[in-house]
Amino acid sequence: MSNLLVVPFLLPMVVGAVLIFFAKHHRLQRIIAGLTGIALFVFSIYLTYRVYQSPEQMIHLEVGDWRAPFGIVLVGDMLSILMVLMASFVGLVCLFYGFKTIHIERERYYFYSFFFFLLTGVNGAFLTGDLFNLFVFFEVTLISSYVLISHGGKKFQLRESFKYVVMNMVASAFFLVAVAYLYAITGTLNMADLGDRVAMLDQQGIINVIAIIFLFVFGAKGALFPLYYWLPKSYYGPPAVITALFGALLTKVGLYSLIRTFTLIFNQNPAFTHTIILVLAGATMIFGVLGALSKFDIKSIIIYQIISQVGFMIMGLGVFSADAIAGSIYYITHDMVVKVALFFIAGIIIQLTGTADIRKMGGLLKKYPLLGWSFFIAAMSLVGIPPLSGFFGKFSLIVSSVGEGQYVIVGVALVVSLLNLFSMLRIFMNVFWGEETDITFALSNEQVNGLLRTVIPLIAVTIALGLGAEPAFQYVSAAADQLMNPTHYIDVILP
Amino acid sequence: MKNNVSLHTMTRIAVFIILSFAIYLLLAGHNNPGGGFIGALMTASAVVLLYISFDLKTIKNVLEFYFPYFIGTGLIIAIGTGISSMIFGYPFLTQFFTHAHLPILGDVELTTALVFDIGVYIVVVGVTLLIITTIAEDDV
Repeated sequence: MSNLLVVPFLLPMVVGAVLIFFAKHHRLQRIIAGLTGIALFVFSIYLTYRVYQSPEQMIHLEVGDWRAPFGIVLVGDMLSILMVLMASFVGLVCLFYGFKTIHIERERYYFYSFFFFLLTGVNGAFLTGDLFNLFVFFEVTLISSYVLISHGGKKFQLRESFKYVVMNMVASAFFLVAVAYLYAITGTLNMADLGDRVAMLDQQGIINVIAIIFLFVFGAKGALFPLYYWLPKSYYGPPAVITALFGALLTKVGLYSLIRTFTLIFNQNPAFTHTIILVLAGATMIFGVLGALSKFDIKSIIIYQIISQVGFMIMGLGVFSADAIAGSIYYITHDMVVKVALFFIAGIIIQLTGTADIRKMGGLLKKYPLLGWSFFIAAMSLVGIPPLSGFFGKFSLIVSSVGEGQYVIVGVALVVSLLNLFSMLRIFMNVFWGEETDITFALSNEQVNGLLRTVIPLIAVTIALGLGAEPAFQYVSAAADQLMNPTHYIDVILP
Repeated sequence: MKNNVSLHTMTRIAVFIILSFAIYLLLAGHNNPGGGFIGALMTASAVVLLYISFDLKTIKNVLEFYFPYFIGTGLIIAIGTGISSMIFGYPFLTQFFTHAHLPILGDVELTTALVFDIGVYIVVVGVTLLIITTIAEDDV
């Protein structure tokens, strides 16, 4: 038993509730929010250390003193705690970028409250060991995201967020149906118990159907092919900080749930389920990058890059070996950092030039070298150029896929990487190289540098993850081993 | 506004019946059908009945509440009961109960779950009335 596990979602929840009272005092709000963000991040580091040092490398809590499988358990294993750590880090950085960019009117209308409620949902979804509780935390996340995405309400934003709401409502309804089906068959909602019982039932027929419904649900939330169509436009509406937060956290919650359910529960018939995942991974990569290539709008390109990268993150699950899943986990970690950095930089560029069309920009490198090179590093890391973090993620994914004999996906991944490189370099060449255009810059040098201060930590982390790939891989390999041996998880939760 | 005597008279009586039933449901909760959520919906329905039969402005003068604060207060109460069990070294949200003998009511079961339910009650009252009044104020 360890009550520490509730803190990552309890702290933001309490603070979110307290901030409702201070909605009109924006300075006080910022101070409370900033301190909470820092506290949450520091605490997640400590919690990660605790989990890593514990004998089972996993800690759990039976909420309300109800024994598993009857009550709800919270489980911090190595994967979930890593996700919590990254979410807290991303949340902290987004908060500080938000201080500089979020309009005061948004702050007065509960921006920070919903920001913290979103973190509550995300951290809770990572930590829960109960399928229905996962649904509840998904809803907490989604309801906060509905508010954040329509916050500030321009016409375009409202129209697109309506689609977002409808799509997610449909997916949530299916989530509930799938949970009910699974409960009807197995009589339990505890994930460890489910893993045990599905293994006993020998995953056939109806359980495969349920697995596919779950794949549909998490695929819709995680933006897999062909369910990503809601994403590009609805993410385009809100300001950069919210898009960054969504791109880094929301799709990752879907992917995390996919990895969790398809390693712990639906792991008996990988020839069927995981082959489908692999095909979807390939298709997601291709269509994401094609979308990115078709656009000239910097924010749209990076939004389509979210989709393309989702393919890589799910590829390891499709290959379904310990090394491949380790690659996936590493890739998710890397992508959270880089995606936020890219959205921040895109936000700065759009604010600076007043346009999002890369054809209208040019020659920014001469005036803003730091901005340019930050973008360059983030973009190269996304594409996978050594020694940055993206390279090691792709490297391990591709090596493990070759080891499993999955040559088609390797070919797809390599071609897509090349196209990724092309699409990112196209931004760099259009925006930073070339002749200076007659754009008047809306921000002063100090303002640009102030905004860049939140990007620098992200750039530093992507470099550190790349240079420190050896220890990082020790961690993610251990996490992947845990996922590939679900009996360990089941034994810890149900002794 | 027209003075609709029968509607006003009926509302005055009905609101009290609904409200007392709402309180009953709140207290009956967690061992019997009822609870904070359903009690709050019933309370909100009583208030909505007031809004409909009288007038949004009239009732707003009588009930001068700022509903977002309800949400915050309720959330803090509900989370607080969960945290209070952590302070005593039990897992989060562990509930405790005791039987007390009160003068008129007799044997009464006092639980921490009731406090949690009251928190839920306040949140749900706040949310429902906030939504309804916001839509009602939206003159087209």
